[in-house]
Amino acid sequence: MKYFTLEKNKDNIAVITIDCPEGKVNKVSSGFLDEVAAIIEDIKNDKSVAGMVILSAKEDNFVVGADIDEVKDMKNAEEAVTYISKGHAILNELEKMKIPVIACIQGNCLGGGLELALACNYRMAVDSPQTVLGFPEVQLGLLPAAGGTQRLPALIGLTTALPMMLTAQTLRARKAKRAGLIDELIPPYGLKQTGIKKAIELAKNGLPARKRQRSFVNFLLESNPLGRKIVFAQARKKVTRQTYGCYPAPYAIIDAVECGYVKGREAGLKKEIELFGKLVVSPQSKSLTNLFLSMSDLKKNPQKNMARRVGKLAVVGAGLMGQGIAAGSTSVCDTILMKDVNLDAAAAGMKEIWKSLEKRTKAGAMLHFDRDIQYNKLVACDDYALFGNTDLVIEAVFEELEIKKRVLADVEAAAGERTVFASNTSAIPIKNIAAGCQRPQNVIGMHYFSPVPRMPLLEIITTDQTADWVTATALDLGIAQGKTCIVVKDGPGFYTTRILAPLLNETILLLEEGAIPNEIDRAMRRFGYPVGPATLIDEVGIDVGAHVYEQLGPMFSKRGITASQGLTKLLGQGYKGKKNKKGIYNYALKKKKGQKMPDENVYDILGDSPRREFDEELIQQRISLMMINEALICLEEGIISCPRDGDVGAVFGLGFPPFQGGPFRYIDNTGAAKVLATMESLEKQYGQRFRPARILADFVQSGKKIYSDR
Amino acid sequence: MDASARKRVAVIDACRTPFMRSGTAYYDLMAWKLGSYAVKGLIARTGIDHALVDYVIMGTVMADVATTNVAREIMLGAGLPGSIPAHTCTAACVSANIAITTAYDMICNGQAEAVIAGGTEFMSDPAIKIGKRYRRFILDYTMFRRPKTFVEKLRLIKGMKLRDFFAVEQPAIGEYSTGLIMGQNADRLARRLGISRREQDEFAARSHRLAVAAIRNGKMRKEIVPVVVPGTGKAITEDNGPRPDATLEKMEKIKPAFEKKYGTVTAGNSSFLTDGASAVLLMSEEKARDTGLKPLAYIRSYAQSGSDPWEELLLGPAFATARALQKAKLKFSDIEVFEIHEAFAAQILANIRYMESEEWGKSRLGLGGKMGVVDLEKINTRGGSLSLGHPFGATGGRLIASCCSRLREENARYGLVAGCGAGAVGNAIILENAQ
Repeated sequence: MKYFTLEKNKDNIAVITIDCPEGKVNKVSSGFLDEVAAIIEDIKNDKSVAGMVILSAKEDNFVVGADIDEVKDMKNAEEAVTYISKGHAILNELEKMKIPVIACIQGNCLGGGLELALACNYRMAVDSPQTVLGFPEVQLGLLPAAGGTQRLPALIGLTTALPMMLTAQTLRARKAKRAGLIDELIPPYGLKQTGIKKAIELAKNGLPARKRQRSFVNFLLESNPLGRKIVFAQARKKVTRQTYGCYPAPYAIIDAVECGYVKGREAGLKKEIELFGKLVVSPQSKSLTNLFLSMSDLKKNPQKNMARRVGKLAVVGAGLMGQGIAAGSTSVCDTILMKDVNLDAAAAGMKEIWKSLEKRTKAGAMLHFDRDIQYNKLVACDDYALFGNTDLVIEAVFEELEIKKRVLADVEAAAGERTVFASNTSAIPIKNIAAGCQRPQNVIGMHYFSPVPRMPLLEIITTDQTADWVTATALDLGIAQGKTCIVVKDGPGFYTTRILAPLLNETILLLEEGAIPNEIDRAMRRFGYPVGPATLIDEVGIDVGAHVYEQLGPMFSKRGITASQGLTKLLGQGYKGKKNKKGIYNYALKKKKGQKMPDENVYDILGDSPRREFDEELIQQRISLMMINEALICLEEGIISCPRDGDVGAVFGLGFPPFQGGPFRYIDNTGAAKVLATMESLEKQYGQRFRPARILADFVQSGKKIYSDR
Repeated sequence: MDASARKRVAVIDACRTPFMRSGTAYYDLMAWKLGSYAVKGLIARTGIDHALVDYVIMGTVMADVATTNVAREIMLGAGLPGSIPAHTCTAACVSANIAITTAYDMICNGQAEAVIAGGTEFMSDPAIKIGKRYRRFILDYTMFRRPKTFVEKLRLIKGMKLRDFFAVEQPAIGEYSTGLIMGQNADRLARRLGISRREQDEFAARSHRLAVAAIRNGKMRKEIVPVVVPGTGKAITEDNGPRPDATLEKMEKIKPAFEKKYGTVTAGNSSFLTDGASAVLLMSEEKARDTGLKPLAYIRSYAQSGSDPWEELLLGPAFATARALQKAKLKFSDIEVFEIHEAFAAQILANIRYMESEEWGKSRLGLGGKMGVVDLEKINTRGGSLSLGHPFGATGGRLIASCCSRLREENARYGLVAGCGAGAVGNAIILENAQ
């Protein structure tokens, strides 16, 4: 066998060890399933076998899910249905086994792995923060399709199971025990012996009865059809509220679970198979899967051998950004200097980091001593005295060129030849910061997104002078911090800010023409953005937006695009957005029906056009195509090196609809010719800013897709 | 062995946390955490690569049962790799001094090239034992006798009074051998050597005055690593022991603390309970040169001493200095910077009496005559334990930090760090300016 070893010991316990030969993790695949089937057959025919133990030979995972490449390559629904039906048949057989079947779980047990475990009749998991169970399928636009939608609710209850599948929320060992997902916590090491001992015991005494503990409310909701109906209705409502119906997978999950409750297990399983077939070939799932694969690609540093380890890191500026960067580095670096103008400012930053460490400790994600070790790595300072020997300095000070230049000069004076200087700026060209410095080859941009702990993207910006080892080092640090990193070329706004600017500009222009902010936001939410652009302007800050315009304005006007002066005008009237409660929306007024109320004075400032209705599709086209076209121009100019980076940057940095896969994938999905036609008609109507990128016409002419993978 | 034939051992850097009166800013911490802050600060200041550190030794006195080898928790907590061994040493108030001289020996012997040594003390949460009778009951009940029957259980309680269940044993800072607590011994010493109350109060007021000045003119900053207690968001940067209002007039009003009737030792002229930690990086001269780290000073010699716990309990500095000078082949007058631990004003004055006495020099210190004449202008010019506080296990590291900093600033060649400890032990270290 390729994926398994089967041994039967003298106590008549069959031990099945999963050990996929391809890599460090176990994945479910067709070959994998065939072998499981053979093993089950073997054991069923061997009457002497009294119990079965399933465990993994890998150090940090049981089974991490299905082999995505295999799923991705499925051409049609039938192929998917055949594949998953086989899985169903096997797991049903496993579930029906009369002898004790024990899953011994250590490390990640996700997706298909958890479904395998659910089909066993006893589950044990190693008591460690590294043991994690969950269903990430929804993130790939799929549903748990090997019986997960049926077996999970049956085991842990509807109200716990639904959120787990809908949000891909994972459970650590202890929480999983509390939820009833696993039966027993076990100590690490010697899993095989532990499993055998348990199997012998269960074979002798029979399986223990499970008693689910649930609250009275959950009992009321779960135990009868009426209560469940409420749960399903609420779940659908919530999904619609959060996704504006852009994603089919969550609805499919709810449908499958509901079908199981209403029509029984067998019908539920059938429904699951049917829905899987549909979802696998859906464009949403394809896009999400491709994004996931791009992200996995970007977790590897191609220049690893040139990277230098960052043992001593310094963060200049302990504000929100600086804190976030430092917080993400406590598990990576040895020493982190927190420099601010005074020690109390640095200490205030450390307080926030402590809070997040404390939270993770309480959640069971880390041990208290590790929390202390990580906190102790932070050293508050108010000068550059300790900057000698720093490997990398990230400045996160106020977004002003002169201040950043001064910080760079101070750092160069205090630190050494080998110290990398990274600027966390969102728009100021790195070469302007590096101009006139001593070691421009050590200067790079590391553009983090706020809030740093939650935003997955890091945009690394290299100038013509940046040394290769410096890029490799920054990339290595970013990857170690858990970020998805794209490396882009220097220029005004780099990639992300640059493609965001035209989108915001178009939003302001629409407002100037008389659109209502709520309608713009709603249109874009329906398009798939997680936040509407008017809300985004308020949240990012009108002052920040105006600053970005300042940086990027000249570049756009060279192309004959005049930017709206709207943001500057608003800023002039004291509008800064949510931070000072004066934005496009009026934060003093109460929400009506969950809708923010626009600030009517903004209309006056923006030219006093009468408010009118706009066609939703027109709003969507105008706003989204501004970003998409700018992304194309960035590719043309070589700001980004490939469409993949452009897609990842737009989705993870700016919230471009993930189910569209990014601006480039969107063009592939929609058809380049169609996009070009829309652009051309918009250009006629609205002028030069909609002039399509040359590269788009090239794609249309060649008849090729941007991505050659499908 | 001749000092010149040995490897030279360099002090690369020395630092400490702010010393805080117990029960104040460090209230919720633990000894190991304070130690970690000091060690972490030392690593950040020197920028030393973790891989270069061979060993860690930390001193402590009132050890926490939860962290008996506190040095280990300290270095692990500071992020040093588990492959570096660590041990804790204890020798009362010279614990850190002995940690440092042990590090010196290790480097001299070639056991290590780079050692972090220092100490920690946390008196905001000292271990308080439950009363002995109750303790015995619990131990017998759960471990040693384990009574089975009701009668047997009853027998264990027999004779116990209600208050036995509430009585606790306060940790005493006293001598087990003599039964005297240290303050009483200081009174005894003051009377024996004729040290007046006024002399003591003047010395204590001086200590506060100098410490306050050193903080104000920023001199203290150089040896302190700021501490940000988790969750507070405030940086602690200064010692809170020194009091600008500690004048002679105020000192004189304080009642004796130990011998209420005839004593002269008061809370004002004694050191107080303090939390704090210190850390020193020591390296062989060659290793320091190879790694480009610039030494502050070299250890020229050191000596330990023992004396009579009844009559000479607090005279460690005098005894140990006499020997350290002999080993270094230096005269008393060669020393320009003195950093001597101030347990009590009476104690430091008594040490000066011994150093300046022909008679004691001959009969007790093994010298030909008096050790020398003490110039107060050279002693503890930035305050001392009387004002800065005295975290027992950590003070030695503070003295080294202060001595190194003063050597530089005063452009002096030799400095002395000396202390005394319970049980009548002493330790003296002679430092030579590296510049």
